[in-house]
Amino acid sequence: MSTLNQLTAGELARAIRRKEASARQATEACLNRIRQIDGQVKAFLSYDEADALAQADAADRAVAAGEAAHRPLLGVPIAIKDVLAVRNQPLGCASKILEGYISPFDATVITRLREAGAIVFGRLNMDEFAMGSSTENSAYFTTRNPWDLERIPGGSSGGSAAAVAADECSASIGSDTGGSIRQPAALCGCVGLKPTYGRVSRYGLVAFASSLDQIGSFTKDVSDSALLLKAISGVDPKDSTSVPESVPDYAKALEGSIKGMRIGLPKEYMIDGMHPEVSAAVKAAVDQLQKLGADIVEISLPHTDYAAACYYIIAPAEASANLARFDGVRYGKRVDGADPIEMYSRTRGAGFGPEVKRRIILGTYVLSSGYYDAFYLRAQKVRTLIRQDFLNAFEKVDAIVTPTTPTAAFKAGEKSNDPLQMYLSDIFTISCNLAGICGISVPCGFLKEPKLPLGLQILGKPFGEAALLKLAHAYEQSSPWRGQKPPL
Amino acid sequence: MEYEAVIGLETHVQLKTLSKMWCGCANEFGAEPNTNVCPICLGMPGVLPVANEEALRLTALTGLLLNGRITPFAKFDRKNYFYPDASKNYQVTQYDQPSTLGGFVEFELNGGMGRVEITRAHLEEDVGKSTHFDRFSGVDFNRAGVPLLEIVSEPVITSPDMAYEYLNALKEILVYGGISDCDMEKGMVRCDVNISVRPVGQKELGAKIEIKNMNSFSGVRHALEYEIPRQIGVVSKGGKLSQETRRWDDVTGMTETMRSKEQAHDYRYFPEPDLMPFVPDEPYIASIKACVVELPLARKQRFMRDYQLPASDAQTFVWDVPLGGYFESAAKASKSPKAVANWVINNLRARLTETKTTLAEIKFPPAALAELIDLVDSGKISSRIAQDVFAEMFNTGEAPAVIVQKKGLLQVSDTGAIEKFCDEAIAANPKSAEDFRAGKVAALNFLKGQVMKLSKGKANTNLIGEILEKKLKA
Amino acid sequence: MAAVEIDVNYVAHLARLSLTPEETQRVSTQLGNILAFIDKLSEVDVSKVEPTAHAVPLVNVTRPDVVTGSLPTAEALRNAPTKANGLFVVPKIVE
Repeated sequence: MSTLNQLTAGELARAIRRKEASARQATEACLNRIRQIDGQVKAFLSYDEADALAQADAADRAVAAGEAAHRPLLGVPIAIKDVLAVRNQPLGCASKILEGYISPFDATVITRLREAGAIVFGRLNMDEFAMGSSTENSAYFTTRNPWDLERIPGGSSGGSAAAVAADECSASIGSDTGGSIRQPAALCGCVGLKPTYGRVSRYGLVAFASSLDQIGSFTKDVSDSALLLKAISGVDPKDSTSVPESVPDYAKALEGSIKGMRIGLPKEYMIDGMHPEVSAAVKAAVDQLQKLGADIVEISLPHTDYAAACYYIIAPAEASANLARFDGVRYGKRVDGADPIEMYSRTRGAGFGPEVKRRIILGTYVLSSGYYDAFYLRAQKVRTLIRQDFLNAFEKVDAIVTPTTPTAAFKAGEKSNDPLQMYLSDIFTISCNLAGICGISVPCGFLKEPKLPLGLQILGKPFGEAALLKLAHAYEQSSPWRGQKPPL
Repeated sequence: MEYEAVIGLETHVQLKTLSKMWCGCANEFGAEPNTNVCPICLGMPGVLPVANEEALRLTALTGLLLNGRITPFAKFDRKNYFYPDASKNYQVTQYDQPSTLGGFVEFELNGGMGRVEITRAHLEEDVGKSTHFDRFSGVDFNRAGVPLLEIVSEPVITSPDMAYEYLNALKEILVYGGISDCDMEKGMVRCDVNISVRPVGQKELGAKIEIKNMNSFSGVRHALEYEIPRQIGVVSKGGKLSQETRRWDDVTGMTETMRSKEQAHDYRYFPEPDLMPFVPDEPYIASIKACVVELPLARKQRFMRDYQLPASDAQTFVWDVPLGGYFESAAKASKSPKAVANWVINNLRARLTETKTTLAEIKFPPAALAELIDLVDSGKISSRIAQDVFAEMFNTGEAPAVIVQKKGLLQVSDTGAIEKFCDEAIAANPKSAEDFRAGKVAALNFLKGQVMKLSKGKANTNLIGEILEKKLKA
Repeated sequence: MAAVEIDVNYVAHLARLSLTPEETQRVSTQLGNILAFIDKLSEVDVSKVEPTAHAVPLVNVTRPDVVTGSLPTAEALRNAPTKANGLFVVPKIVE
């Protein structure tokens, strides 16, 4: 039998429910694994061992009190990206500017995970303020890809992906603004789900681009994605943008055949510069889905080519305002100055890293007097067209399939000097956030040499997570990739 | 050349809500620093705003009270600027699609009427408060996130007095409609003033000068009394004014430059992604229409017109709306509304205060007051007796006629009986009779009082005077 | 795609970001390239298109006007770099 930290969240919860394992044993297994390999992987910025074990003991008492039946994640250790507020724990967004900051409250997602019984622990590394595709923008260190420590795990939720891939936790939580869950999940070989905008409350998520951000999960299989989504979804009176849509039983939705489901292949995603093995892996996955009974339809998303440009106006603009609050007045780092203006400039100059500064400057510029209409307003209109492309496509198909990334994981340092090249590594994932729809990345094979995981992206209708998960599950169950572990 | 001033006002008013605009902290003045704060109004990482429904309702209601309209689609925007009292370093406000548009305020001005058109009334959030010390400043965020209404006037104000009267009328309306307490002492109302001058007859506006953050209406008047001649002085000497922001100094009584156009803010407005738009439906608008009250000026004018009241009485009923309502019920049953007003203002209000009674607790119906006045007017009881009857009514709730009958208080108009009392009074006070005959008119009043005393207050006052004079002059 | 010149110093001041001369130079070049890339949006005909501010069509989201409480002052000030007498302390504000 695998060790407890290797089990999926579902398997572990079942074992604990049946009293074949305890939450304490599971938590200790994760902590041991972290001690053993996180020096190499560097997924965690920090973790509070005593707090995790105290939660585990509380979970074991809850199991003894018979609560496991209605708390589906009871005793399951879930690690958290450093962008979500956990009461009395550090919240740093992997930035120097929030050094020492302790959050006075729990994010809604954290509250819901606790209600479901999860052991919420650890602060997972990320690109500073979720801006990046490699975790190289973390102010602390770069997380390594468990499949090849020379390589990046993707980003911005690189720590979340690496920790799950390396079995340092049962599952993890991340955030996705332009691909920050799906891209690292693909590069690390785990399952990453970005729910529909408004599906999961953003309360307690440090905002990068408010109209694009969404919280989602990293898991070892698709059925765990269903389990976690059920736990964290639903309208929240603290988030005006959360949508009052009922939350279906996603685990139940996995059952049954996908026969007759229609899958769209957007011709615009067949770009030059895609690694041939990536195209081949995706093609094989599509063939597999067809074998399982799905109908494959070629579709068009005509404005795809504009998505990246649109995204790099909207996201930095929103970020420039969202990050204005980090000024050294109420919390965080401060570098003194003669007056507030000087204090702000020095604090922010010293506290933010280069990528964050770059995006703040870009965002400030596109909103500044005289440029709003040409940049921001135009981008919002193009966003309408991109969303419309998807809504039109979903009249004909139930889901859309694409590669998650054009290539497998690249080497640390390979793209860090060319921001534009780095931005283009999100090219397949960005549209989903602009359109506000849901998307998932599931492993679809490996690059042969070196052996690096590849991801298949499936995009679904707004609030169509059930269909999305069903397709992803059917594919996963019929493919040989599930359960493969990195050679650590 | 003659010059004229063109003035527009932006008035900020704190809304009368229980909680703040985006969070559940109390909207309360005077608490210890940083006690009414939470992660949301402190702008801590990860928080989100949720709009206070009452603040939106009061904003829409203000639109209607100011004769404007509720817009079919309103949204919030972020206004970006760094300042220590701004907890997010942006202010959430309504930039290009506010909750209300249009309207006007009418008011009395120099014996005539004045009118100021309203551009818009929109909702935003207040900021914290800074205190300045020798070497540093301290910030209290209790006020941060308090709902703030900004009422923007058209640039149609032409004088300091007009600005002053407009502001007072606006305040009266807002207090009246339950929108804000408008307590100036507590900083609930603040004003930005835009002024320019131009030669009379010229269409184009002169350079716009803004005076920021005025916290009293008399301050606005004083600042304008200083600023208009200053600007005219510059322009008439051939000088050129340029767009700038100035500060009013209460102590020196002067304005001074705060920042020039070049240093003006670049606010980088964009739609607030954390808040959804507001699209009021018909039932919502109807429910707000139902809350529109009669405006103070209209009420005053109606009371003066319909009941022939002097301005001062009408104003009393404007300020004390329930008392005015009571007056109206009594006045409708009476032929002498002015007498009703006197009784309500002078007698009834005093009794209510003395006995700590509310209008609802009064034992007699409003019509009984009309009945009492009718008894006086028809000569059945004297005004003096009416006071006693009123006191009895107030204590027991009995009808005036019943009291008069029970206590035998009907006025004596029998000349024979009064002549007898007059003779007695003159006989008892020969000195006073002598004084009157010598030309001292006041002596007659004394004798009248004596007669009234002898009649136990029941003698008809007019008859007493007539008979006494006749007898004394005989 | 021609690189676009932008006044990085002005924008950095608006954003209250002190940049070293090297940073200014580097950011200026990089942003020029990014803006040139972004410029492709001008190809799109958006004359008849409404802007999207939110990806979900939701309106009238409010909360009732109820006081639900505040943080204890000590907790509100816990993360403050400098504080005194219950206030957040900043360098003297002069305008």
